[in-house]
Amino acid sequence: MSSSPRDVLVTGIGLVSSLGEGIDVHLDKLSAPSPSPSVEREAYAPYSVHALPEIDWSAHIPKRGDLRQMDTWQRLGVYAAGLALQDAGIPFDEGLRAEIDMVVAAGGGERDPAVDALVMERARASNAPERVINETLSSELRPTLFLAQLSNLLAGNISIVQKVTGSSRTFMGEEAAGISAFYSTRSRIACGQSEIALVGGSFSAERRDLILNFDLAELMLRNEWSPVLSRRTGADGIAIGSVGAFLILESPDHAERRGANVYARLVSAVGDRGRRDDGRLEKRFSDLLPAVDPADLLILSGASGLADHAKVETEALDAAYPDAARIAYGSMLGHSFEAHVPAGIALAAGALSKRTMFSRTDLANERAQAAPARHALVTTIGHLHAEGACYLEAVS
Amino acid sequence: MTTATRDHLGRSIIAVTGLGVVSALGRGIEENWDKLTRGVSGIHRIERFDTDGLRTTICGSVDFMTSRETSAVDLSYAMAEAAGSEAVLMAGLSDGDFGGPLFLAAPPVEMEWRSRLALDKQGGAEHEEAGYERLLDIARRNPDLAIYHSTQCSRISEMLADRLGTRGLPITLSTACASGASAIQLGVEAIRRGETTRAICIGTDGSISQESLIRFSLLSALSTANDDPAAASKPFSKDRDGFVMAEGAGALVLESLESALERGAKVHGLILGCGERADDFHRTRSKPDGSPIIATIRAGIEDAGLTPDDIDYINAHGTSTPENDRMEAMGLSAVFGEALKTTPISSNKSMIGHTLTAAGAIEAVFSILSLREGILPPTINYAVPDPTIELDTVANTARKADIRAVLSNSFGFGGQNACLVFGRAT
Repeated sequence: MSSSPRDVLVTGIGLVSSLGEGIDVHLDKLSAPSPSPSVEREAYAPYSVHALPEIDWSAHIPKRGDLRQMDTWQRLGVYAAGLALQDAGIPFDEGLRAEIDMVVAAGGGERDPAVDALVMERARASNAPERVINETLSSELRPTLFLAQLSNLLAGNISIVQKVTGSSRTFMGEEAAGISAFYSTRSRIACGQSEIALVGGSFSAERRDLILNFDLAELMLRNEWSPVLSRRTGADGIAIGSVGAFLILESPDHAERRGANVYARLVSAVGDRGRRDDGRLEKRFSDLLPAVDPADLLILSGASGLADHAKVETEALDAAYPDAARIAYGSMLGHSFEAHVPAGIALAAGALSKRTMFSRTDLANERAQAAPARHALVTTIGHLHAEGACYLEAVS
Repeated sequence: MTTATRDHLGRSIIAVTGLGVVSALGRGIEENWDKLTRGVSGIHRIERFDTDGLRTTICGSVDFMTSRETSAVDLSYAMAEAAGSEAVLMAGLSDGDFGGPLFLAAPPVEMEWRSRLALDKQGGAEHEEAGYERLLDIARRNPDLAIYHSTQCSRISEMLADRLGTRGLPITLSTACASGASAIQLGVEAIRRGETTRAICIGTDGSISQESLIRFSLLSALSTANDDPAAASKPFSKDRDGFVMAEGAGALVLESLESALERGAKVHGLILGCGERADDFHRTRSKPDGSPIIATIRAGIEDAGLTPDDIDYINAHGTSTPENDRMEAMGLSAVFGEALKTTPISSNKSMIGHTLTAAGAIEAVFSILSLREGILPPTINYAVPDPTIELDTVANTARKADIRAVLSNSFGFGGQNACLVFGRAT
């Protein structure tokens, strides 16, 4: 282990969302004169879902046998991971990829809604519902679905398809998983426990079983869609979005040896949690914010669409960074839980490198950039718990 | 570079100052160790749900802590809380103000059948037809935060963080059946980085349900030796026919040796090294040449600054599936050579079953106890040795042994491999 911490660089980005695929497509759409999201309002009414466009999965998941083992959540992650590795210029070589560590932020996997409906249907007519479950699941479940359901099988599929096998760790738990994935990976590289890592996550929004979970907690936006920071108490909520976001993080030595293109430096990624009453949320979130010059700073807020959190976040950011430019990227991508922080870091690193000026989708609540940013802050207030702040700097 | 509190690479030596455990054998270190060293099985018939129509009707569930209706989240929490609190108190620290980070291996959770069926029964939905559209109608009229909590993978760590007074954002992780070992590895790394002087690492799994059992059953992973539950889990035996699903939790307080000595804490054992490697061969099967398993074992021993000769005892993954036990023995053989035949190796799973997410942590607890007490727990049900696997399995009866270093293996679906190396407190 090196004795003094070293820089941690972003050298590859793989981003897929309702806006399309690739970091350049995202930067273009977010900097267009009047950016507009791609929101599906009908299929899941009354909910708004930022749904994926048509994707040719075979570009990064060439074997049909592999594709058959996965549903959209895993395909999206494996695809975005492939995109990140390609973007980082890491050849498809098992030897090289065997040195790459991996940390994946993942939720639960897919279900078979038809089988679930069948069990419910049959259970209605039975006075022994447990027997109905035994009989129906034993005969109707596809064995492979189990593998699509396990949280760590996104990482498992990345190992199989993309050959990343240095190590494989899956973190769970909504936004917190994304924050921790970057905290842990950055720390390992900074102190020499790792040289290069693939880190990120994916979230598939087009799943009624997940929408059900969220709306049992009254989290979903049911009103007309509007940008996340403009949703007012009583008419607020989350519009979920499908996102696959993976990055390559690398030590400077390792990046230099292989002549890697560097997007940005990931200076810090920190998080915390705890009770949120009596001003504790405000205090804890403010304490996570790094003391940096607000000039040339771009804040990428991960606001979920819950009005109370947006208010806390906005006030804390106003106090810490008066007049700094601020965009809430969930308006364009939707909220993607485990993948949300990875997506924010991807956008930040891309914008710092390409000197992108993001446009506002919400003139009242976002602040325009006066010039390309030199540093960026990705902020998170998790929908139920966990707060985070990830800070990046431009390298040139 | 080695000093009294630094290892061969100049890193903090990691001390284990607290241990806690819950398994099908009981609650707490004392009861578990007593039964484990007497060769008692905790495997029993499934009482939690109707097993009519199931191929497997036995398990090692923990039924003595909560009621039959408890969700996987609440049972996993109850066991993690019991083990975590026991470990922190053993370390001589406050179990309400631990003051270090939490690394938790927890099962992925989702809505339970009980909840789906209860929602479907409610009225007032526009959709009559069974399915998620109907449940959404109902949910809009009858929100239920408790059901949402039962679907949240971070719920257990949230409750534990409040209960134990841990610091910062806990990490909830899943590396399938290697999860418990991975949680310990994250704690070791954080202390080696100097981020903290102590950490609590817990693996917990209370996820036995009809659906989880059926899913493993459909993969032909489970033993169907239902007639004599206590004899069903038979690692390394010729007639082994699958693993027995089980529940439990294991907790370890890790501390830099320096900090432990400074505050006069009792050191129960050391964590000397960690190794990991992913397998890219198949979702449920190991690469036929065993190379990822071999690389993982080598990495763990090398990280500890040891050679295979230094390992005195192996706490096997030993699930009792035909595939795992064969591949594990093959991987060990490649690393240890002829010495493997005379290195004792036993599988706790012969008694407690396969505790899945918790296994690596529970088996770490038992490994540390083996070092501390100088006793090797047996592999029970070892009546018909597999002639293709030549091992000293500490067959059926515990054995006294003066051991200094233990290797513990954990392998999981999704190509997960992790190995830990433990040392005796000096």
